[in-house]
Amino acid sequence: MGIEEHLGNNIITTTLEKLVNWSRKSSLWPATFGLACCAIEMICTAANRFDIARFGMEAFRASPRQADLMIVAGTVTKKMLPAVIRIYEQMSEPKWVLAMGSCASSGGIFRSYAVVQGIDQYLPVDVYVPGCPPRPEALLYGILKIHEKIKKDPFLTKKYAHLQLEEQEKIVEKVIKDGRD
Amino acid sequence: MVRQETMYLNLGPQHPSTHGVLRVLLELDGEVIVRATPDIGYLHRGIEKLMEQKTYHQCLPLTDRIDYLAGSANNLGFVLAVEKLLGIEVPKRAQYIRVIVAEFTRISSHLFWLGTHAHDIGAMTPLFYAFREREQIMDLFEMINGSRLFPNYLRIGGLAQDLPEGFLYKAREFVDSFPEQIKDYEALLTKNRIWIERTKGVGVLTPEEALDYGVSGPMIRGSGIEWDIRRADPYLCYEDFDFEIPTGQNGDTYDRYLVRMEEMRQSAIIIKQAIEGLPDGDINVEDPAVTLPPKEKVYTNIEALINHFLLIQKGIVVPEGEVYVHTEAPKGELGFYIVSDGTTKPYRVKIRTPSFVNLQSLSKMAEGRLLSDLIAIIGTIDIVLADVDR
Repeated sequence: MGIEEHLGNNIITTTLEKLVNWSRKSSLWPATFGLACCAIEMICTAANRFDIARFGMEAFRASPRQADLMIVAGTVTKKMLPAVIRIYEQMSEPKWVLAMGSCASSGGIFRSYAVVQGIDQYLPVDVYVPGCPPRPEALLYGILKIHEKIKKDPFLTKKYAHLQLEEQEKIVEKVIKDGRD
Repeated sequence: MVRQETMYLNLGPQHPSTHGVLRVLLELDGEVIVRATPDIGYLHRGIEKLMEQKTYHQCLPLTDRIDYLAGSANNLGFVLAVEKLLGIEVPKRAQYIRVIVAEFTRISSHLFWLGTHAHDIGAMTPLFYAFREREQIMDLFEMINGSRLFPNYLRIGGLAQDLPEGFLYKAREFVDSFPEQIKDYEALLTKNRIWIERTKGVGVLTPEEALDYGVSGPMIRGSGIEWDIRRADPYLCYEDFDFEIPTGQNGDTYDRYLVRMEEMRQSAIIIKQAIEGLPDGDINVEDPAVTLPPKEKVYTNIEALINHFLLIQKGIVVPEGEVYVHTEAPKGELGFYIVSDGTTKPYRVKIRTPSFVNLQSLSKMAEGRLLSDLIAIIGTIDIVLADVDR
C-alpha cells in the first residue's frame, strides 16, 4: 500500500525532532562526578553487574564539556557548591541533571550547618532518585525516566506548542511557501 | 637573564582519580612535585555536631556514612564505645556475628580499593574482577538487614536480628571460593611489568616516618611495623581466632598493595573460623534498659510495651563519663571518643578517622615525585573523603 510497499524495511520515515531526541537519549554521556556515598552505587551501576552500557551510557566523561548528564551523586556541601555549579555551567547544552539520593534531593539526614539542603535550589533538576543510597536499579530507573523525558522533548516545536491547530497549519503553509516562518 | 619559578596546579575537587572531592594544591617544578598540599573539607557534613542532637541509636545511621565503603566497621566502633560507657558486654554469639560482618566489610572495602586504585593507574580489568566478588558481599549484606551499602545491622547491646536462614551457607561458599578469586587479581597485577613500574619505590614511608605521622592500618603495616589493633588491643573476641598480620618491607605502594591482598585472605580465614565456631544463644544483652523487648512480648505484656515505648521515644540513658574506643577499621585505627553527661544524647563525639590521619602523609610521600605518581599515592592511602572530613 503506497510508498511503504516499495521501500520495504529499508527506509524509516520520522520527524527531525523525533530523530534527534532518539539519538540524544540513546547515547547520553554522564559526567564522572561523584560526591559521596551515592558515587559508590553509581560506580556499581557502571560496573559489570548492572552494566549501564546496556543503555548506551558507559562513556562517563571526566571533562564536563563532553558530558550532557550530570548525576549529582551525594551530599553537596556549602564548600563544594561553587564547584558543582561551575561544572554544570561548563557542560554544553542540551544538558540534564539527575539528583541521586536523599542528600542531593533534599539534604537527607544531614540537616546541618555545612550541607546544602537540596541541589534543586541551585540547579534545574530533571529527575530525583530517592534512597540513601539508592540501589543501582533505582538509579537505572531514574535514568530511564530521563530518557523518556528526552524522547518527548519538543525542542523544535516548542515555539508553536501553545497555538491552535489551524494556526499551526498556517505556519506550516508559510514555511513551505517562504522557506521560513 | 633566565627567570625560574615553580608552577601551581590545582588537582580537584572534581577529578576522576581523587577518590571523591579531595583538592590538592600542587607546586610543580616541571613535572616534579615540589610541594603537595591537600585541601580538605569539601565533604564536611558536620556529623560530630549532628550526633549531639540525636539519641545514641539515632547516631548509628550517621556513623555508617563516615567511611561509606565500610559502613558496618564504623557502626562497630561506635557501638563498642557506647557499650563500654554502659559497662555491658554482648553475648558470645553476637560477638562472633559482629566479627563476621566486620571482616566482610574489610574485604569489600579492600576490593573497592583494589578496583579503583588499579583503574587509576591504568588497569581497567581488576575493577570488573573485584566488583564481581564485591557484589556477592553486597548480596550477603542485603540478606542480613535489607540494604546493600549500609546494612546498619549492629545495635547497642547486640544486633538488629539474628542471621537469616541460609546466610551461613552462602557466607561459607564465598570464603571458600574467595582465595581462588584473589589469585585472579594477583595474576593480573603482582607480576605485571607496568604495575611494578608504577608502584615500586613510589610513595615510600620509612618506619620512622610512618610512626611520626601516626598513620595506621595497611599504611603502617606496609612500612614493616606490625601494628594491628585486633592483635595489639583485642576487642570483640579476636583473640579466639588464628590469623596473621601481613607486613611489608619497603613501605612503598607495591608493598601496601601486597599487604592489602594478604589482609583479604586473612579476613576470609577469620570469617571461616567464626562460622565454624559460631556459638548458639542470645544475640542481645538481657538488660531492659538497653535492649528492646521481643516483639511477641510487646503485643502481650503491658510492661514490655512501656519499655519499648520509652527506649524508642527517649532513648538509652548512658551514665556520665567519657570513653575512647579504637577499632581496626579497613583503613586503619578508627577511634570514637564519647563524652556523656548522663542523658540520652551524647554531649560530645569526637571521631578519630583513619583517612584523616593517613592523608597527612600525602605531602611527604609526593615530594620529589612525578605528577603522575601522585595518582598512585592518593590511591595507596585508600582515602574516603567523608572519612577525612566527617
